[in-house]
Amino acid sequence: MTALEVPRNSLSQRLTAGSRRFFRWLTRPQVVLSLLLIVIMFYMVIIPLYKLVQTTVTWQLVDVSRVEGAEEGELTLYHWTRMMTGIFGKIYTFTPLQHSLTVATGTVFLAMFIGGALAWLVVRTDMPGRKLINQLAVLPYIMPSWTLAQAWLVLFKNRTQGGSPGLFEFILGQSPPDWLSYGPVPIIICVALHYYTFFFLFVSAALMSIDSNLEEAGELMGAKRWRILRKITLPLVLPALLSGFIMTFSKALGTFGTPNILGSPVRYYVLSTMMRGSLAAGDKADAFVLGIVLILFSIVTISLNQKLIGTRRSYETIGGRGFVATPSKLRDWKKAIFVIVVIFQLAIVVIPIALLTYNTFLLRSGDFSFDNLTLQNWIGEANPDYNDGQPGVLLNPRIWKTAWNSIRLALLTALFSGLLGVLLGYSIVKGRGTRLSKLVEQMAYLPYVIPGIALGAVYIAMFSKPLGPIPSLYGTFALLVLVSIADKLPYSSRSGVSAMMQVGHELEEAAQIAGANVWQRFRRIIFPLTTAGFVSGFLLTFITVMRELSLIILLVNRDTQVLASQTMWYVENNLDQMANIVILILIFITVTGNLIIGRFRGGSLQKGLGSR
Amino acid sequence: MDTTIRIINLTKKFGKVVALDHVSLVIEPGTFLTLLGPSGCGKTTLLRCVAGLEDPDGGEIFIGDKLIFSFDKGISLPPSQRELGLVFQNYALWPHMKVDKNITFALEIQKMSKDEMKKRVKESLKEVQMEGYEDRYPREMSGGQQQRIALARMLAYRPKIFLMDEPLSNLDARLRMDMRSEIKRLHHIAGATTIYVTHDQVEALTMSTNIAVMKEGVVQQFDPPDQVYHYPANLFVADFIGNPKVNLLEGEIDAQDLVDLGHINIKVNTYNASGKVVVGVRPEDIIVSTTPIPGAHEFAAYSVLPSGADSTIIARQKDIELTIRVMGISKIKMDEKIWVAFDPSTLNLYHKDSGNLITS
Repeated sequence: MTALEVPRNSLSQRLTAGSRRFFRWLTRPQVVLSLLLIVIMFYMVIIPLYKLVQTTVTWQLVDVSRVEGAEEGELTLYHWTRMMTGIFGKIYTFTPLQHSLTVATGTVFLAMFIGGALAWLVVRTDMPGRKLINQLAVLPYIMPSWTLAQAWLVLFKNRTQGGSPGLFEFILGQSPPDWLSYGPVPIIICVALHYYTFFFLFVSAALMSIDSNLEEAGELMGAKRWRILRKITLPLVLPALLSGFIMTFSKALGTFGTPNILGSPVRYYVLSTMMRGSLAAGDKADAFVLGIVLILFSIVTISLNQKLIGTRRSYETIGGRGFVATPSKLRDWKKAIFVIVVIFQLAIVVIPIALLTYNTFLLRSGDFSFDNLTLQNWIGEANPDYNDGQPGVLLNPRIWKTAWNSIRLALLTALFSGLLGVLLGYSIVKGRGTRLSKLVEQMAYLPYVIPGIALGAVYIAMFSKPLGPIPSLYGTFALLVLVSIADKLPYSSRSGVSAMMQVGHELEEAAQIAGANVWQRFRRIIFPLTTAGFVSGFLLTFITVMRELSLIILLVNRDTQVLASQTMWYVENNLDQMANIVILILIFITVTGNLIIGRFRGGSLQKGLGSR
Repeated sequence: MDTTIRIINLTKKFGKVVALDHVSLVIEPGTFLTLLGPSGCGKTTLLRCVAGLEDPDGGEIFIGDKLIFSFDKGISLPPSQRELGLVFQNYALWPHMKVDKNITFALEIQKMSKDEMKKRVKESLKEVQMEGYEDRYPREMSGGQQQRIALARMLAYRPKIFLMDEPLSNLDARLRMDMRSEIKRLHHIAGATTIYVTHDQVEALTMSTNIAVMKEGVVQQFDPPDQVYHYPANLFVADFIGNPKVNLLEGEIDAQDLVDLGHINIKVNTYNASGKVVVGVRPEDIIVSTTPIPGAHEFAAYSVLPSGADSTIIARQKDIELTIRVMGISKIKMDEKIWVAFDPSTLNLYHKDSGNLITS
């Protein structure tokens, strides 16, 4: 059919038409929302990152008295040269970096072994009690990450650093060697036992989606079991292993609690603990240099791994439908392996909690005899003879305030993150294919590459002074909420997108045709249909914020202390029993939360993490 | 109200892909127009542009005298102001609302009274023969029932124009048959101008008053079904419509009324044409006999496929293969000699190069 000739319009007519079209584009809900979210995320992520870099290349107030010719606010490479060269660079940057990399690498391999082996046993074998193991396997992740470190000290503390001995010495009368009490070995073990959950979840999901016909085909062709595992199964779970690798490595790289408990007493500093030290000493710019180093390493790992995953992704959907899962027979090993797994699970969950609990009843540290048991740490009145005059944890009004802070922080973060997630999901899915949608998605993803402790540092840099319409937030509770929301952005956006994908654009379009305006569409169609995702995301965020330490440790003060940072305060003041009580309270809250999640259909920790 | 839909030079691009390329159509009131074509031909895009769910990159759309879209004037009325109803391929019933709520959603927005709404729900459910299903959730119904509810939802707010986007493609063959007659009936009663998108030629031929066959964003032919079937405007339409497929025989016009197919010549009506042509003949228009008849060509039955009401015979002579359709169960045996003849009035001639129908 031939085109009809349309008379050309005058310039002014075309201008009005153009501006009408632009206005219509601008008032599309996904465009308005995208622009709004971009502004919000710009404030929450981009400006802080910029401030972080800017601080490291300008003279700070503390430098003025220390360095001749320093002019506050002027550009300088002083901090970078100081942190990157000479003995100073070695002590403050390169040794901690080396330690961080050692810890992260060790953690990844140990976690991969534990998580991978457990996943295989649970998904692919006829081991008894697989359901139980499946439930237990995620417990260490639900507990605060430094729980195991504290339990480790209860057991293996030695007196080289002064203070009281651990249970090991109490029973055997001999001090455990330094390498067993402190430093990289216990740090790696404790961090790995917390983060192996990533590998466990990713690998079991991958194994579940592999058709065991593929393996049987190999078997029919006469391949030995080990060969099948190596040549068929392993390549198929490789993408899952790589995802686990990124998650674990970047988390371990920025982890704070465990290295602070098990490393700092013997001056085994990693980047995160060194950053905190520099900040405490008032050298903000120096700390931020370390933060940038941390971020850079995180980015390198993630992009490297994504490149690898990118080429392997095609494996992921193999046999997605109608697959057959025939368990491998463990034969004579069945019982032995089951016993080993159960003992392992006990060793990493039950025993640590038991040790911590027992420890909380000790009047004097290091004396594990029964006549030393007391309730003083829990409900004792303040007594200058014990615990530096601190009252029992449950009687301490400050702890109640701290607990309230924790709950408030977790609730607010979960609420805002959930809401933000739905809006992000809507903007990204509705605008799919446009540059705006991509930009929103990428911005929301950005905090993923920033380790928690560095993000915390970023927020000190940003809100220490008023910025645009935002007042100075330094030291406020709002800052903690803000940084927690920023940290959860990637997760919120992912879960929002997956929730929105399930809604399907026709459902909204049908409402649009029926005459519903934007608000009616959100209120009556989109919000009700995304509730399930919202609730499970809400609870998951609640739990993870509850036991988050690295992120907020640099930002809390007396008034904004939360339970997680309170444990560190007790630890650093040698009040281990009281720290352990607070840890137990935290475990109680998070485990209860996870049980509630389990009640919601489709909202388990497994699913929540799997979608990331 | 005048519900003539005038689409003028409508163009829509997705990135570099041109989904609609200067499409112009005038759809008279009461028409049942089917947009027919293979996937990716732009038929759904055209429907969505009329509905207001997509913003075209050029052209104009009028409903009656009302300009609902103009690129050059920068006008695009929102879907709600276009007074039309849309039925989606996957029904798009709101899963968290019961049937009655699904139906009253639009009515509530119009702030209709409770009694009136109740009446409308009853009426529209009756029209689709789903009385008594008010309290069901969509997931508690079969696909066919859900599609009826989707129709009822559209009927309830009495739009001036019905739009349907492959509404039957998710149903099984039997249900599809039933729903075809239902939808045709609904259109007959309501008399609303209807645009119906499908890739199923049988649906198009059985239901429409007009068919627009589309390919690569361009309307190939816009005619009533019999016209589209008997006089396809070009080789694409000829090939796309009809089952079994049309026979397309390449040849050259040698005398005024003979086409040389290589081994055989067939007589055609006189055309002012010359050179290379393609002869199109529907399988049921070929005359076949087991005994020699004058002017017929001898073929061999390569394969015989009886299917009850009719039989398909594949006949061959050297490199010429014909698909022939005869009524009833054919007695012809495989490899048997048969004689085929053509009725010049049933043959369509196409230019080989342009592919367009040669009209006399």
